[in-house]
Amino acid sequence: MSVAAAGEPKWNGGMSLFRKINIAVIVFVILYAGIAILQPNYLEPAGITNFLRRATPLAVLACGQIFVLVAGGFDLSMGALVTLTVIGGSMLTDNDPGNTAWAILVLYAIGLGVGLVNGLVVTVLRVPSIIATLGMLLSLNGVAMMWSGGSPRGYLPDNFRFFGRFTFRDVPLVGSFPVAVVVLVVVALAAWWGLQKTVFGKRVFAIGDNPRAAALSGVRVEATRIAAFVISALAAVTGGILLGGFGGVSVDVGSGLELQAIAACVIGGVQLMGGRGSVIGAVAGALTLFALFTLLNLLGLPQPLKDTAQGVILISAVASGAWRRRRAG
Amino acid sequence: MTLADTLPASRRTRRSLPVPLLLFLASAVLYVGAALYTGQLNQLGASGLVGLAQRMVGLGIVALGQTFVILAGSIDLSVANLISVSAVLASFVMQGDPAMIAPAVLLVLVVSAAVGFVNGGVVAKLGVNPLIATLGVGLILQGLLSASFNNFAGSVPEAFQGLAYGTIGIIPWSVLALLALAIIGALLLRSTRFGAHLYATGGNMDGARLAGIRTDRITILAHVICSLMAGLTGLYLASRLRSGAPWVGRDGVYDLESIAVVVIGGTLLSGGRGGVWGTLAGVLLFATLDAVFNMLGVPAFPKQVMRGAIVILAVAAYAIRNKGPVA
Repeated sequence: MSVAAAGEPKWNGGMSLFRKINIAVIVFVILYAGIAILQPNYLEPAGITNFLRRATPLAVLACGQIFVLVAGGFDLSMGALVTLTVIGGSMLTDNDPGNTAWAILVLYAIGLGVGLVNGLVVTVLRVPSIIATLGMLLSLNGVAMMWSGGSPRGYLPDNFRFFGRFTFRDVPLVGSFPVAVVVLVVVALAAWWGLQKTVFGKRVFAIGDNPRAAALSGVRVEATRIAAFVISALAAVTGGILLGGFGGVSVDVGSGLELQAIAACVIGGVQLMGGRGSVIGAVAGALTLFALFTLLNLLGLPQPLKDTAQGVILISAVASGAWRRRRAG
Repeated sequence: MTLADTLPASRRTRRSLPVPLLLFLASAVLYVGAALYTGQLNQLGASGLVGLAQRMVGLGIVALGQTFVILAGSIDLSVANLISVSAVLASFVMQGDPAMIAPAVLLVLVVSAAVGFVNGGVVAKLGVNPLIATLGVGLILQGLLSASFNNFAGSVPEAFQGLAYGTIGIIPWSVLALLALAIIGALLLRSTRFGAHLYATGGNMDGARLAGIRTDRITILAHVICSLMAGLTGLYLASRLRSGAPWVGRDGVYDLESIAVVVIGGTLLSGGRGGVWGTLAGVLLFATLDAVFNMLGVPAFPKQVMRGAIVILAVAAYAIRNKGPVA
């Protein structure tokens, strides 16, 4: 009963949320149309699936980050965990495809550990998550460098790279279909179900909206918060495994991804400090951000201006959201 | 539920805890302990201590500014990028010509103030979450800077290097400047109307507004102060490195470290409580850790891991007494 009561106002917010999602989708369609004008093969099925493949890691990270954001926190350690996953994968497999299976298991175990530590530091030591995950970011970067001896290079074994790189050929209708897109669909559906269709998801919204009210109505605030950090960390490991398939091993594969994931969620209408957001919005936000990067690339703008564009879109997304909330009273 | 229960718990418990003093003592014990343990007794002499103080300057100046925005209930993630912008701008305009020092410094301060004004305006007037607002402004600055410069640009004249390398007796100018800025900051917070309004705004913005405080202006002013401090840090770095490069701010992790030292110094991340002496003590702790790691010969990467852990534990040391919800 208590949970339903805590979740009830969310449905009134649901309508305005619906409009916000549409904005992210509309912006995405406009940007993608711009891409298609510059480079028509982006309209072919292979072009579309390839775009989705390359946007998948960011979308997967956004699907994890949203749990922490909706719960009212931040996970700044995601990018560092992505880096650690790629470097750890290379160290554990040691170029032997036979090691891939257990290496991936170990990486997920590491992710589980990182998520638990993040969650426990926030709930037990009562450190605000922005500081807690920032400390984790610094530590994980250090661990990754220590593990690899400072200058990792080369590639992961082919079967490790399967998830990020492999594409099914001769699929009916679309022609080719990357494995990464399957991962994206599975992760997005799982996140949508987990956040918006389960009691656990309602609890995440409740503790982000008003932790004290949630606690008084019987939600186990701390366990829910820890779970959100664990989900985020597991998403980061998944994103790292995908990115390991994209290119070589380096120390900066993951740098800045945590901010991009937060930006994606925010563009998709997720409210910082908790209580509001949807997985569809987060995925649409990730696609929008990635379409923007692609467009800037095609326009031949200097790479650093990618940052500038990201800054502008971030501020305008949040400012327009704040403006509409004010107008709606 | 009594009234006391509805107050943030930290407000009642923290009052008894002299955070700056504790941090100072912890730093002293660590430093002296490491020097004795490794037998590097020269570190305890005047030159060793001056070196320690010099380590504080860069982070110290920007952290003083960060204290103001955090007290106001905001935050500034753009400082590292602004530091890079200032350092590059200063050395690019000076081009080694002493006659250009004054125009370059003026330009840096004007640009910094403008960035602070934009930060504060976006936060206070557009209602954008400060993390996102300043992150966005930081990204915009960094993108423009990196698109225009990709290496050390220009150089600063000999005379300007005096800012970082000049001394009075054995005390460097820069350390005195940090101390002077801290005293000015403390006076601003303790003895002016602006200071009182700043605490009120950060403590309870709606309450402050109802009491007639122009909270928008206070927030914007706090951001302008913070950005000016970041600009000064950029000038200091340009002076020390003899030139500015687009990565000097980011390499120093000044955004995250300045927030960390402010929080370690006992300033509430949600605003309204804290002060500059705590921040300075937090900076001292960081500088001490750096010096101690150097004395012990800890390699770079484990150093980074320990730094991350220390940030968390230092905040946890008093946050753990907080009974309120933490996200």
